[in-house]
Amino acid sequence: MAAPRAPLHLVAPRWNAGTRGIRGLSRAAAPEGNQKKGRSLLQFLADRFYDVQALREYLLRKQAWKMHQKNRFQGKEWIRSNARGHFSLDFLKLQTVPVEAVDASGCAVNYQGLDSLLALKELQVLWLQRCPHVDDWCLSRLHPLASSLQELSLAGCPKISERGLACLHHLQNLRKLDISDLPAVSNPGLTQILVEEMLPDCKVVGADWARGLKVGQEEQYQDITSPIPA
Amino acid sequence: MLRTASWPRWGRTLLARGLGSRRGGSAPDQNGKVSEIKKKIQSVLPGGAWNPLYDTSYLPPEHSDVVIVGGGVIGLSVAYWLKRLEKPRGAIRVLVYSRASTVLSVGGIRQQFSVPENIQLSLFSIEFLRNINEYLAVVDDPPLDIQFNPSGYLLLASEKGAALMESNVKVQRQEGAKVCLMSPEQLRNKFPWINTEGVALASYGMEHEGWFDPWCLLQGLRRKVQSMGVLFCHGEVTRFISSSNHMETRSGEEVTLKRIHEVHVKVDHSLEYQPVECAIVINAAGAWSGQIAQLAGIGKGPPGTLQGTKLPVEPRKRYVYVWHCPQGPGLETPFVIDPSGVYFRREGLGNNYLGGCSPTEEEEPDPGNLEVDHDFFQDKVWPSLAQRVPAFETLKARSSWAGYYDYNTFDQNGVVGPHPLVINMYFATGFSGHGLQQAPAVGRAVAEMVLQGHFQTIDLSPFLFSRFYLGEKVQEHNIV
Repeated sequence: MAAPRAPLHLVAPRWNAGTRGIRGLSRAAAPEGNQKKGRSLLQFLADRFYDVQALREYLLRKQAWKMHQKNRFQGKEWIRSNARGHFSLDFLKLQTVPVEAVDASGCAVNYQGLDSLLALKELQVLWLQRCPHVDDWCLSRLHPLASSLQELSLAGCPKISERGLACLHHLQNLRKLDISDLPAVSNPGLTQILVEEMLPDCKVVGADWARGLKVGQEEQYQDITSPIPA
Repeated sequence: MLRTASWPRWGRTLLARGLGSRRGGSAPDQNGKVSEIKKKIQSVLPGGAWNPLYDTSYLPPEHSDVVIVGGGVIGLSVAYWLKRLEKPRGAIRVLVYSRASTVLSVGGIRQQFSVPENIQLSLFSIEFLRNINEYLAVVDDPPLDIQFNPSGYLLLASEKGAALMESNVKVQRQEGAKVCLMSPEQLRNKFPWINTEGVALASYGMEHEGWFDPWCLLQGLRRKVQSMGVLFCHGEVTRFISSSNHMETRSGEEVTLKRIHEVHVKVDHSLEYQPVECAIVINAAGAWSGQIAQLAGIGKGPPGTLQGTKLPVEPRKRYVYVWHCPQGPGLETPFVIDPSGVYFRREGLGNNYLGGCSPTEEEEPDPGNLEVDHDFFQDKVWPSLAQRVPAFETLKARSSWAGYYDYNTFDQNGVVGPHPLVINMYFATGFSGHGLQQAPAVGRAVAEMVLQGHFQTIDLSPFLFSRFYLGEKVQEHNIV
């Protein structure tokens, strides 16, 4: 498709009256006055009654649990499901358009499920945040995307360890990699350094390498404020 | 088998009925007493472990359907698949464990072999490892983490071996392995720490290759196999009692078929032994399978005949060295195998590496003990390493260990399947250094052979014992 690329931004998810979406926490517009009052009443009740708290948690979980399968095509905006989880039928007209970005955050993608993602030869952005079944074996399958993939996010995946990160070196065109909050990585600071060395052109975001360093005594603290250049 | 006869079942229901008629009394207490009584009754019956004269609980049982000689990863894998593939009747197995080389292994798994059957074995094994928690799940136990590093293998070839490597890669791709060929220039771009002098071609496994923790696999198999009802015992096999049958083949030749009836298992540090009556013996004794085969009478006969063909598996000592090199290759380092036979891989995040080299025939060390020869590292391994990876000139050796290969002197490939003359002995040995990576698949193949009489999923007929007599070598070229 030769359409010029419109600026592509993620639009904040819709509001469910009375609850806050987890994404909305950082990117949402300011709430209106009456909504705010309604929320603080609910908050007041939730602090005092377990039932109301459970109801709020249930509504929150229900919203987070909806499969946010968003796809961005070349030149188009994000395509996402509507309130009921259905996709619009215009989707089918775009079958020949190469897919550029996939947001599969929170989805239950596993090793076999990656077959469909690997067929996308022009994929540039892949977000696999908080996917519970993505592990080291899945990462070893990503090498066919090496020629096109530029951005990869693995934040919050519970099963990924530093052994899987080692096979990301096939992705030579990668420019942005997010490896924050990986609980199975044994030494996040050291892993960040090693991954940065492995992918010199890529900006690696995530583990703060200075976190693993121990601060000595008070007098020495002033010397260690700025990171030692590599 | 008398053990599962009707009497204990009737006895159990009698006890249960007796329990139901009583009210009061704490329920868990009654359950404990009932199970104790049941256990006592079962042990008194023939086949149980109760002996009224003295305590024999440390000895193996007197009867067993299958005796697996060897408690390493191959033996445990055979036990697992036998229990998994058997039709509902539970048969008892006994494992005689003496020593295992599994935990001393470097733990690599690859599909870059030249024989198609080896590639298929390795492909199934990697699939087994990927789904290990579905295969080896035990109730209430934590899931296994075999710490798999999917970094792949990098085999380097000189001018001489380049053509062979190309044809090997074609075979590997046909079987479904994901391997790519690289020229020296591509190699330098991808891995700048490599010195490509003398390298004409390299093959790099992209997926399904890497290394893992063999101890974890062994523990997982052990735990699962124990939960399936397999019995373990420590001891040494000292004797086989067998009977012979003189028969005639269709062409009128006389053949002596042997059948093993009893295995004498000697307890450690004692002269006591227990004769275990069995139906099938599986020789998975690794480096010592040659001795076990000799005990069974394999190879006793005029040389050149089938009776005189020995099992050509002997222990060969191999060293593994660990070193530290702060400027060494980075996180992306695959398992590198040099054309000179030297190999190394990374270990962990701390710039530690481990590796070694297979000595030539003249330099073979004495397999009598597991002492490490440090001069071998200085003279043979380090120079090749430093030549291939210049950063390794400043390495510091940390530690080392030695282990045995169950080396098949005939063609360095495994021996799987029954012996043509000793009809109830099955082999699963002789893998010459790549037994660990083929263990799950070999276990399944042997279990199929035992339960169904033929190979079903992977056809390992080129690996039968008869090839030693017929002289058909299945030579594997990519052995380190």
